[in-house]
Amino acid sequence: MNKVYSINGPVIKVKNSTDFQIMEMVFVGDDKLLGEVISISEEFTVIQVYESTVGLKPGEEIISTGEPISVTLGPGLLTNIFDGIQRPLNKIYEKDGKFIKAGTNVDTLDYDKEWEVHFLVKKGDKINFGHVFGEVEETTLITHRLLVPSGIEGEVKEVKKDGSYKLKDVLVVVEDKHGNKHELNMIQRWPIKKPRPTKERLPLSIPLISGQRVIDTLFPIAKGGTAGVPGGFGTGKTMMQHQFAKWCDADIIVYVGCGERGNEMTQTLEEFSELIDPKSNRPLIERTVLIANTSNMPVAAREASIYTGVVIAEFYRDMGYHVAVMADSTSRWAEALREISGRLEEMPAEEGFPAYLPSRIAQFYERAGYMNTMSDRKGSVSIIGAISPQGSDFSEPVTQNTKRFVRCFWALDKELAYARHYAAINWNQSYSEYISDLSKWYNKQVGVEFLESRQQFIKILAEENKLMEIVKLIGKDVLPEDQKLLLEIARVIRVGYLQQNAFHKDDTFVPLEKQLMMMNLILYLYKEASIIIKQGKAFSLLLKTNIFDKVIKVKYDIPNDQLVLFDNYYKLIDEALHSVK
Amino acid sequence: MNLQYIGLKEINGPLIFLNHVKGIAFEEMVEIKLDNGTTRHGRVVEINGDLVAILVFEGTHSLSLKNTTIKFLGKPMEIGLSENILGRVFNGLGEPIDDLGPVYVDRYFDINGSALNPVARVYPRDYINTGISSIDGLTTLIRGQKLPIFSGSGMPHNDLAVQIVRQAKLSDQRKEKFAIIFAAMGVTHDVANYFKRSFEEAGVSDKVVMYLNLADDPIIERLLTPRCALSAAEYLAFEKDTHVLVVMTDITAYCEALREFSSSKGEIPGRKGYPGYLYSDLASLFERAGIVKSSKGSVTQIPILSMPNDDITHPIPDLTGYITEGQIVLDRELHQRGIYPPIGVLPSLSRLMKDGIGSGYTREDHQPLMNQLFASYAQVMDARSLASVIGEDELSPADKNLMEFGRLFEEHFISQGHKNRSITDTLDLGWRLLSFLPKDQLDRTDEMILDRFYDHEDAINFFNIEDSVIINELKKEGN
Repeated sequence: MNKVYSINGPVIKVKNSTDFQIMEMVFVGDDKLLGEVISISEEFTVIQVYESTVGLKPGEEIISTGEPISVTLGPGLLTNIFDGIQRPLNKIYEKDGKFIKAGTNVDTLDYDKEWEVHFLVKKGDKINFGHVFGEVEETTLITHRLLVPSGIEGEVKEVKKDGSYKLKDVLVVVEDKHGNKHELNMIQRWPIKKPRPTKERLPLSIPLISGQRVIDTLFPIAKGGTAGVPGGFGTGKTMMQHQFAKWCDADIIVYVGCGERGNEMTQTLEEFSELIDPKSNRPLIERTVLIANTSNMPVAAREASIYTGVVIAEFYRDMGYHVAVMADSTSRWAEALREISGRLEEMPAEEGFPAYLPSRIAQFYERAGYMNTMSDRKGSVSIIGAISPQGSDFSEPVTQNTKRFVRCFWALDKELAYARHYAAINWNQSYSEYISDLSKWYNKQVGVEFLESRQQFIKILAEENKLMEIVKLIGKDVLPEDQKLLLEIARVIRVGYLQQNAFHKDDTFVPLEKQLMMMNLILYLYKEASIIIKQGKAFSLLLKTNIFDKVIKVKYDIPNDQLVLFDNYYKLIDEALHSVK
Repeated sequence: MNLQYIGLKEINGPLIFLNHVKGIAFEEMVEIKLDNGTTRHGRVVEINGDLVAILVFEGTHSLSLKNTTIKFLGKPMEIGLSENILGRVFNGLGEPIDDLGPVYVDRYFDINGSALNPVARVYPRDYINTGISSIDGLTTLIRGQKLPIFSGSGMPHNDLAVQIVRQAKLSDQRKEKFAIIFAAMGVTHDVANYFKRSFEEAGVSDKVVMYLNLADDPIIERLLTPRCALSAAEYLAFEKDTHVLVVMTDITAYCEALREFSSSKGEIPGRKGYPGYLYSDLASLFERAGIVKSSKGSVTQIPILSMPNDDITHPIPDLTGYITEGQIVLDRELHQRGIYPPIGVLPSLSRLMKDGIGSGYTREDHQPLMNQLFASYAQVMDARSLASVIGEDELSPADKNLMEFGRLFEEHFISQGHKNRSITDTLDLGWRLLSFLPKDQLDRTDEMILDRFYDHEDAINFFNIEDSVIINELKKEGN
């Protein structure tokens, strides 16, 4: 029997044991706390425990399971909220009340619930891993495709009739080439740290549209892409993740609250249950899986929560869906690594983080991608990871290492947030490497002028940035008239375009079509006003017409479904400028 | 199993080590009897086979390897609670120190608490009217929120906390039960007395529970003080349907105690010597705020922390800000100009306010007003930094106007002394200040709201600046 020898927070040691394998799932002590083997030597086996070890005694037994830490996959994941090790919080609440107790054992999914199954295979069909053998309507939004689990290949011997079944009911019997029979039901297990295989990785070519102008226009992310969102506290990381989760055009959202606030998770849960998806008129929660490991839950489970989220995303991707994973925040995950590493007395690298931090970050983000699945469907996992840099300093290890592995970088800026300019994405520091991958799509779907206008915007903002250096020293008044105009247009872009109000009904989500029309309107104003300035008119005359502020307010004043109103604004611009001539 | 052990193997800082110990649990409580008859308390912090490390709360002074008897109590640290704790004063370990005898115990609670299930929580939406414009208007405090005050030494954070307690509680004439829990960690006797006196003056002392670990009390005891206080808060809120406001001061002293504990344990230090788990440890305090479905009560926390060297990027305010739902930052410059409360509104933030303001809560124009005030005040800062380079005289009329707006905003809106302002007064004052600016500069609000609340003439008359040079210059340009 293997016994607990030493205890130090979430790290326990077993002496003189050869029974364990690395990354094996174990149950520790009388309360059967969930743990994972993280290192083995002749003398000690080290286990990290995913629950609180208060009250654990040396000498209590450790049970090995022979399998790595895994999640249970099947219908019923959507609309649910889990903790970091995939225990359903609703059921824990029913069982234990308001506080989470260590060692609580509840089923991940509801094994008594009946699902309406429609079969897609018949007797004699050859099926293998990843093949879809049936369908279940998981929510009104999402059809759950039942996938053949790993390691099974052969001929279908028996199929049940379409009808209602429970998760563990045998639905299909498969015979492999050795004549062994395998029974398939609706659930399967998968190790959280092992990526689910696919046939091939496809090039990224479609953007993940979020309805947030600064992202869709300036720094778009592709379906299957990765983005890092660093920002100090109060810069709106969570707000941005929420906006993305609400409005982006992925089929499924996996929202991982990793080491964040409890009230925030409650808010997400409440808000997503109430918010209606405009496309389907169903609550957003029907396409959402929530993973909540709040900051006061055990630290090791925080490390697991990120993987739990991403494996669930991969599972739905394998059904042919586009999945977006929001991880808020990856810094808490990195800190969990640091904390465990410190307890193991490993040699620390930068700022106390373990030397393997970059490789762990890489492994995580590399699980994103646009894939051809085992059943020849197209699906994607996009990962958007928030980063909470210590002291708002982007040179710290987590931000720097994330930057190496993500291709979108949305840097949130304290100054912008202080001025309540949301989304507080700093346009000078942020970038997206997906533009060239996506240019074909934009040209075809929105029009060639979209990227051209975008380029002009970037140019204006860059010039403003340069001019501001001068303005900071000598003031705006001494600039030549055309530069004054440029600064004013840059203000129109910043306030009227980049800044977006998440609480305004028309501004919280803006379709690409309106984004383009807004860009064109602003550039038209710039072009026409430049002509006037060239004629030698004073910029202050233009300013007095108030036309700049009218254009700024277009975002509120033109509803998303009445884009014809833009024509009036062209007239307004002409009139205003004419009055100066 | 109450085994007793005589003698120690090693003493190191606040830690003692024992050999040949069997059958004890992680985080178990320990009683240490000295030869001179006194008793101290401790907790098991590490077990290595039969070697055990124990943290002694009262400190290890005058312990020797021989003069001690150790008794393991077989349970984690617990605190006995009942509604009788109201009006009482305890030390950092939860023992009464007010000479009124022991308290009647209804139930015992593990002071470490457990994580609240997010499903069991109710998202906080009820705002607390503090009567302070810069808080009510711009960083609204919500019942169930944790909103720290980031301060520095010499600034009036204690006054502000007391004012919040006084105005928030006394204006609340509803029949719901309320209580105030005050946890002092490493503060001076003067400060503790100031709070005590203020609670008395406010007539709420029978609703106050105090847990005091003062500056000259044992340092390690400090690690338990907030946990005792929060256990009491959770008990009153979740078992007894009481609205509890917890004031904890000073979080910096708590973190320093944690650092001392960590280094004596020989742990690998993180930033500035603080342990790598400082975030998790602070979270285990701050997350003990909120509202649950099963009870009518709530726990609202106002932790006070002094930023070392006024540095907001120091690990303590930095990590705190990532856990709490916003922060109220005090500004030394405002304080030096005699503005009270000196709340630096730009870095201050309340994350929960967006759902607790607007129609049905405060007033429908609250959100746009707030956005506009922040945006305009941020422009003031730009103008000021420009003025510091080129001088105020060289500024454009628009920037001069902004500078004037900034002054008015600070002198009328932020500065209010110890007065109690209603939310309607606060909002009206906000609009009046904005009305001082030209209408087209207000780009964060839509026309409808502006038509209702914008009144330039009124603002000019009210602030009595009709013949100010700035306005004339602006007018000249306008004509």
